[in-house]
Amino acid sequence: MASGMTRKPYDGVVACAPVTIPYRRYSTNSAQWWIGRALHALIKAAGLRPSDIDGFAASSFTIAPDTAVGLTQHFGLTPRWLDHIPFGGASGIVALRRAARAVQAGDAEIVACVGGDTNHVDSFRKTLSTFSRFAQDAVYPYGSGGANASFALITKNYMNRYGARREDFAKLCIAQRDNALSIPHAMMKRKLTLDEYMSARPIADPIHLFDCVMPCAGAEAFLVCREDIAKSLDLPAIRILSTVERHNAYPTDPIQVRGGWALDADELWSMAGLKPKDVDFVETYDDYPVIMMMQIEDTGFCKKGEGPDFVRTHSFTNEGTFPHNTSGGQLSVGQAGAGGGFLGLTEAMHQLIGKPIGTQVPDARIGLVSGFGMINYDRGLSSCAAVLARAA
Amino acid sequence: MTEPLVRPKRKNPLKRTRLPLSPQGTRSRTAHGLTAAAAEGRFALQTCLDCGAVVYPPRDACPSCLSARLPFRDVANGGTLLAETTVQTSTDPYFRERMPWRVGAVKLDAGPIVVAHLHGDVVESGRVRLEFKLDRSGSAVAIALPEKDTQNMADDPHLREMTCDPKFRRVLITDGRSVVGQAMAKTFSDAGAGIVFVGLANVWKPFPGLDTLRKIERVEIIPLDITDTESVTEQAEQNGARIDIVVNTAEHVRAGGIVGRHGMTIAREEMDIRYFGLLRLAQAFGPVLRSRGADGVNSATAFVNLLSVHALMNWPEFGSYSAAEAACLSAAQCMRAELRPGGVKVVNVMFGPLDTEWFQTVPPPKVTPAALANAVIRALKQGVEDVFVGDVAEDVRARLAVNPKALEREMAG
Repeated sequence: MASGMTRKPYDGVVACAPVTIPYRRYSTNSAQWWIGRALHALIKAAGLRPSDIDGFAASSFTIAPDTAVGLTQHFGLTPRWLDHIPFGGASGIVALRRAARAVQAGDAEIVACVGGDTNHVDSFRKTLSTFSRFAQDAVYPYGSGGANASFALITKNYMNRYGARREDFAKLCIAQRDNALSIPHAMMKRKLTLDEYMSARPIADPIHLFDCVMPCAGAEAFLVCREDIAKSLDLPAIRILSTVERHNAYPTDPIQVRGGWALDADELWSMAGLKPKDVDFVETYDDYPVIMMMQIEDTGFCKKGEGPDFVRTHSFTNEGTFPHNTSGGQLSVGQAGAGGGFLGLTEAMHQLIGKPIGTQVPDARIGLVSGFGMINYDRGLSSCAAVLARAA
Repeated sequence: MTEPLVRPKRKNPLKRTRLPLSPQGTRSRTAHGLTAAAAEGRFALQTCLDCGAVVYPPRDACPSCLSARLPFRDVANGGTLLAETTVQTSTDPYFRERMPWRVGAVKLDAGPIVVAHLHGDVVESGRVRLEFKLDRSGSAVAIALPEKDTQNMADDPHLREMTCDPKFRRVLITDGRSVVGQAMAKTFSDAGAGIVFVGLANVWKPFPGLDTLRKIERVEIIPLDITDTESVTEQAEQNGARIDIVVNTAEHVRAGGIVGRHGMTIAREEMDIRYFGLLRLAQAFGPVLRSRGADGVNSATAFVNLLSVHALMNWPEFGSYSAAEAACLSAAQCMRAELRPGGVKVVNVMFGPLDTEWFQTVPPPKVTPAALANAVIRALKQGVEDVFVGDVAEDVRARLAVNPKALEREMAG
């Protein structure tokens, strides 16, 4: 039921101080350790004391039995605004938009948003088997292929329906691998060739090895505060032009061919006062290539079903046409659990500030970040997006 | 078309027997509504009593109208396979050693999408019928079967993991002296069992039907007295590792109640043959069955209990008999828990009065020994756990579901 009420802009609120704790394939440390490192990096980057942080949003799959509440005592924080957002690939943007409203309303002044997870040997299997009630009841007992099997069905259906070929997915993967070659902590350090991609071992057809992310340990974080505070801390600031969030969109689609972005794209662009062609780069959530293609379609760069064609006519590298997943995305640097839901956001902030970990997208002034999360049963439920701009 | 199974060669005694593994069997409590349906071979999904929506995966509120009135109801099982994949890499040790494994998304005519195991003969975009089976963890899973039966379809490796098909398997019929035991031997032989061991106490003592029994193909008569712990243990030591299905056909049927009967003699016999007999079999054969749950084509797969349906509700005319049967039913529940780690099913086949000498005075409808034997084979082929054979058994089960107290009162006459 649309109210017709116009949403308030995020005037006066900025995101700043993006930090990345370099990933490791396996870690003997806990998720609390990784989140602690990220908080530490945040206060160092901003020149703050821990007590200056009065808002905290944490996203993690591996902090059990803790919740965000337990983390406050663990880290010695005394926040007056607290959130726990274990939304997988939607975590970062959801944290950003909630924190922004809290700051705007005066409920908090400086909010630390952190996404991070550890990766012990065997923690991936444990996460999969207990991911959700529906996964436990209706997915995991079926071959226990995890997200690979679920996305295989989505990918297969998309290919059957819209004529996407493995070569199209390859192009996206290869381009973002090129973008990752300058990222020191990337799990995948070598160039990916079409031959390697095509001849990789099958995981759950049509998903092959290089369509899958590598689980790892790591953390990503940023601060949300008023623009004047960022200025007083001498922090380059990122303006939030627009955001959207949606869960369980199109529940009657037999197999997922679109996400909530399709429902919210008009709102996303009208709130930003921009059109898709105005952005200088795009960070999509890349758990699997087919989802990147859906995000490109659903956020409005082309129509539904035109994704394959769009891929064939763009280059996706940082220097090329349609710079996309400019740090290599999770497919190259690794998936640090819920940190993966922050990766596109922190990378976009790095690009807009002009201090990327890897290569700079020329003239990056406006970026689109989109998130996607939580295969609860047969499809990803959460979608979100944000249009960001460098503060003048 | 499914490749037909090849009769397994004799096992190399030096080869290690693989330990049985199970897929994850943990389910939400609501999802065990599917387990209940699968145990009886029904296809039931939650159906909203308020808006009629058919719901899957199992929920605690209707996703169309938020009603909590969501009982499991039998629904049509036809559907279309929308997309399939072959999983090559699994995080679960059970599936890991059975890779590759096909799964797919089935759109049911009844509404929901079900992620299901796929029989080898189903094809993408093709019509399928979906069934719920108990997998080797004892919980329900959906498997998509071809819409019409195909050749050798029971031999499909995915399907055979979820059934107890007697083909090429070796079965022990514990008592061949009863007509039920003899009917069972014939039916298992006809169903393609590899060896049909038939136990006889006092082998030297002739009985009508012995000659016919000996003539059944692949029957091997072995000495077995289930009232004698030593005899049972010795048989298990001798042949236990070659037995994949145990069918306990030992019976002891005597009319009479609890109050009206004098002394303990008959009650003791009932318990010795039925309850302690079952315990002796369970203790002797259970451990080796459990350890051989993944032993190739003829892996250990089932322990079949033939139980009077009056195990569920006492029949005062045969009151003491009913009590002994109830003891066996309770023991079977425990055995289920204990044999589950081996993926071995405990199949309870519950029947009404049989068309045998011991039920001479009971009016029809009665269950013939052949009908009982056929029901056992059908249950094993389907992979179900609870079977009701005959009109009386069905009647008791239905009345029990509606009003157990009324049934108890009415059984008293």
